[in-house]
Amino acid sequence: MSERTAASTEPDTSSDDESTKTEVTSGATAVVRALENAGVETAFGVQGGAIMPIYDALYHSDIRHVTMAHEQGAAHAADAYGVVRGDPGVCLATSGPGATNLVTGIADANMDSDAMLALTGQVPSDMVGSDAFQETDTTGVTAPITKHNYFASSPDTVGDTVGEAFALAGTGRPGPTLVDLPKDTSLSETDREPGEAKPPETCRPRLDPDEAEVEAAARAIERAEKPVLLFGGGVVKANATAVARQFATEHQIPVVTTMPGIGTMPEDDELCLSWAGMHGTGYANMAITHTDCLIAVGTRFDDRLTGGIDTFAPEAEVVHIDIDPAEISKNIHADYPVVGDAGRALEAIDAAMEHSPEAPEWREQCLTWKDEYPMDYAAPDNEPLKPQFVVEALDEATPDETIVTSGVGQHQMWAAQYWTFREPRRWVSSHGLGTMGYGLPAAIGARLAADDDETVVCVDGDASFLMTIQELSVAVRENLDITIAILNNQYIGMVRQWQDAFFEGRRMAAGYEWCPQFDKLAEAFGARGWTVDSYEEVPDAIEEALAYDGPSVIDFHVDPAENVYPMVSSGAPNGKFALSEDQL
Amino acid sequence: MSDQQKGLQGPAPDERPHPEGRRNSQGIRIDPEVESEPERRRTVFSAIVEDEPGVLSRIAGLAARRQFNIESLTVGPTTVDGHSRITMVVEEPDPGIDQIEKQIAKLKPVISIGELDDDAVRTELVLLKVGGEEPDKVHAITEMYDGKTLDAGPETITVQLTGDERKIDDAVDAFRRFGIIEIARTGQTALAHGAKKTVPGEEPGTSGEPTKPTTNTQ
Repeated sequence: MSERTAASTEPDTSSDDESTKTEVTSGATAVVRALENAGVETAFGVQGGAIMPIYDALYHSDIRHVTMAHEQGAAHAADAYGVVRGDPGVCLATSGPGATNLVTGIADANMDSDAMLALTGQVPSDMVGSDAFQETDTTGVTAPITKHNYFASSPDTVGDTVGEAFALAGTGRPGPTLVDLPKDTSLSETDREPGEAKPPETCRPRLDPDEAEVEAAARAIERAEKPVLLFGGGVVKANATAVARQFATEHQIPVVTTMPGIGTMPEDDELCLSWAGMHGTGYANMAITHTDCLIAVGTRFDDRLTGGIDTFAPEAEVVHIDIDPAEISKNIHADYPVVGDAGRALEAIDAAMEHSPEAPEWREQCLTWKDEYPMDYAAPDNEPLKPQFVVEALDEATPDETIVTSGVGQHQMWAAQYWTFREPRRWVSSHGLGTMGYGLPAAIGARLAADDDETVVCVDGDASFLMTIQELSVAVRENLDITIAILNNQYIGMVRQWQDAFFEGRRMAAGYEWCPQFDKLAEAFGARGWTVDSYEEVPDAIEEALAYDGPSVIDFHVDPAENVYPMVSSGAPNGKFALSEDQL
Repeated sequence: MSDQQKGLQGPAPDERPHPEGRRNSQGIRIDPEVESEPERRRTVFSAIVEDEPGVLSRIAGLAARRQFNIESLTVGPTTVDGHSRITMVVEEPDPGIDQIEKQIAKLKPVISIGELDDDAVRTELVLLKVGGEEPDKVHAITEMYDGKTLDAGPETITVQLTGDERKIDDAVDAFRRFGIIEIARTGQTALAHGAKKTVPGEEPGTSGEPTKPTTNTQ
């Protein structure tokens, strides 16, 4: 076994060499061959009865398989791997509980439009529908949370199906796809090699925008006096960061991002107002509130971004660029829709514009807001330790392009607020679904997707970390260099914050004071662990953890009373963000 | 601790300027003076889909989870092998109708979808089982609505009626006096008027020759 592991971690220099690819003799080998043809290098999964033939076919493949502790971890790892790499991540699970354990991860990828391929084992075809052992209607269960899913009924076509599913995941607006593999399909003989992987004929997105739409958008932007660019995750997916930055800089238009759009504009750039929404910066929310022309690129106007629909960018004409026509006017009416690839659309609009908008006063105004609503938490010279300080200390101690994953909750908001991101695909988080426990498996996926010299940090919460802590065993087994920083406030902190604000302080089921000693737990797993209680201990612990070549866990005991601000209450106008509890 | 800052610095919400503008529940900017919500309307969609297992449940599931109000849904073969036509009657306010079309268009098995114009030809079939006590009167009303008697006995009479929704509604009302025992309605099916295509890009096929998909969907 150790030999195999060593061999599979060698850099693969011969992936184009036909002779190293799997020979097709069965449905299962056709599946693996299709993955190889698609350029898949790494897959995440958990073994089990109905998927065993696929694993058997992987035994001789150059694809590196990373066994996760739980299928949910496999899905999140594959998701994050895909986010960092820009190609679909791949995860595997067996039928029944294996497949249902993937569901949260698939739903997560679906909400964040992350390209991912899930392969699930299924009971043999002739037993489907008989309530067989470990049978679940996987295509039925996952239909609402996939772009499309497939039931592979024939060994002769299963390779093409897997290729199509992989291609579809990354086509147009990305998302998860799934192929359900009945055991007899996998085991049956075939020598049919999968053809070229291509998305189905019925799913070919419009890439080049319509000329009339481009012209109308260009005119609207030219005449704007208070324009704002809103860069969403779609800019990242379209690999349009360079074009988007060029557009902003050339026309001197202030940029607000969504959370998945973090890093599309360097957050220390004068034009960048960071991210808007419920816990976004005051200046981003002020800009959104007062703009007269909102140029939204690759965003679906999630309610955590918009606050109350009726008061969202209430004065703005909306230019909405998106590759998915169904996102146009779904939540916010688009006065000037532009359907197409984000980069191509921005280039076309740029070419159609005769002049930049005249907005020097508006830019000044945005800078004034930056001064008026600074992100400065309480001075860090008193105990207890402030979580924001920990995030800043980590940011300072790590290289510029460090990859940061997170769980969901207060720690996630502080990480997104106080870490300065300068590039896309560096902030890897669960945005739309809000999946606690995403951080650690995502860090494993990100670590395997990143180059060896890149740094991967997981900023986690105590409750989030506990939800997928078993994946620490994977990080130890694979000796993955990941630094996990737990902002431990002994609560499901965001729930505690809401209980204090909206439920008169009745802290029902929010306390985690019984949570384990994470440093000892880390050591028990075979990782390194630290506990930090004070400001003085912070620098050394971070330095030691980063220096350790393997998984390390720092348990930062932070102020349990600290709240996340700014905060826009659910459904409230963005411009009415609260800066402290008495303003809620 | 006493002077420790709570939260962040900056003007309080009430000290900030707030624009007057507003949007309605569809996210459309509105004049506060004429604030109104769009009204529901009833319309018919026709879709050409790949005839593969689960296609109907994908469309029904999509409608259910996005809270689209589907009045009826029919499905049947077309002139092209492997393609089916789905006809759907929906009732929604306008932006919702736009969403239904776009979301269904995104489904992988959906080749093309279009909303029918008002002049489209629409019809529905209904089977009515009524009491058999007054066969002459039942027969007369059946004739009046160009219907057909399918089954008649001493206790029950079953008739078949076809026509647009309004005609069927009127007929059902007319039969109520006999006591309707059971009723089965197919829901509307429809085709575009004259030479107009029912679904954008739709081409007649010949056996075994699938038409080329023509829409650009996700």
